Amino acid sequence: MNNTRRNFLKFAGLTAAGLCVASAGSVIAAGTGSTIKDGEKALKAKRWGMVIDTKKAGTKEAIDALAKACHSVHNVPDIPGTQNVKWIWAVGFEEAFDQPNNYMDESLEKRQFAVLCNHCSSPSCVRVCPTKATYQRPDGIVAMDYHRCIGCRYCMAACPFGARSFNFMEPRLHLDLANLNKSFPTRMRGVVEKCNFCVDRLADGKIPACVEASQGALVFGDLSDPASEVRKVLREHYTIRRKPALGTEPGVYYII
Amino acid sequence: MKLYNGGKIITGLVIFLGIFLAPLAYNAGKAAYSQPKLKLPENEKECVESKEFMRTKHMQLLNEWRDYALRDGQRFYVNSKGKEFEMSLQKTCMKCHTNKAEFCDKCHNDASVTPYCWDCHIQPEGLKK
Repeated sequence: MNNTRRNFLKFAGLTAAGLCVASAGSVIAAGTGSTIKDGEKALKAKRWGMVIDTKKAGTKEAIDALAKACHSVHNVPDIPGTQNVKWIWAVGFEEAFDQPNNYMDESLEKRQFAVLCNHCSSPSCVRVCPTKATYQRPDGIVAMDYHRCIGCRYCMAACPFGARSFNFMEPRLHLDLANLNKSFPTRMRGVVEKCNFCVDRLADGKIPACVEASQGALVFGDLSDPASEVRKVLREHYTIRRKPALGTEPGVYYII
Repeated sequence: MKLYNGGKIITGLVIFLGIFLAPLAYNAGKAAYSQPKLKLPENEKECVESKEFMRTKHMQLLNEWRDYALRDGQRFYVNSKGKEFEMSLQKTCMKCHTNKAEFCDKCHNDASVTPYCWDCHIQPEGLKK
């Protein structure tokens, strides 16, 4: 009599294992045999960074021109009032650098500073995001996946630079719908947005829109490469960063 | 054998069956469901993957494309035949499928699904107030 319980269990076990292997095999075989790669044109770096020469781009008009270039590329709405969405905008010295000075030189007192997301090395917004909608790419860019953003605004509370804007209302109501950039999406009501260092343009081999529009006032490049143009500019000028004491290590430098 | 409360039970059963089978009776004689006729691109015969794959799995493909492009910075997809595509809804898909109303919406409406793609992505027809 071979039909012992032991033999039955062996047979059942083997059958179950066989079914597992077969189904796993069919799942693998069902894959399409496709691969992914990055574009040949894409600009790459270990740590993207920017230097802003505030002597060259130091007026409201000059910075508004940069904002216009950026906002038209990324379909950023212009909403009147306190609920506007901004990727790059102009502020005064005290607001930008938290260093009030009662007896400042007049030209510096009147100068405007272009501020944007600093793409920090240790970004506090990324640490607090509960859905990983905002994340740090290996090249240092702090990017956002708007599909995941739930609009909790923790990142806005965490960002010491006020670089993030919330879409309090449907942004399309305030966009010029006839002149949208059709290769970039808009956003929807209820998500946070900010400057993305033009990851979309870098992937196409283009430098950021504000740098392109700045006529040399803004320099963009790889901070980790000693031969890059940003490093050359940083070597030749005295530069400061916004709120360095907070330890977020901003990637945007200002020539004063 | 005697059926207690037989009248009530049988009446109840008849009413129940009547309601239960009403949808069948209502649809009897009507044409069976047929897949909507889509407006296919004129210049391009082959999609990113086979027609069957795209029909059943385009949503998974788009989700993967999003994660590759945004998170991994890998923006090109080489399909099983070796052809290269940029992973972008607006720059790749909608370049061939130039009409959302004639393509996307037809099946989505039939299947009663409302994907949120177009809350942010711009349809090729453009946006109107």
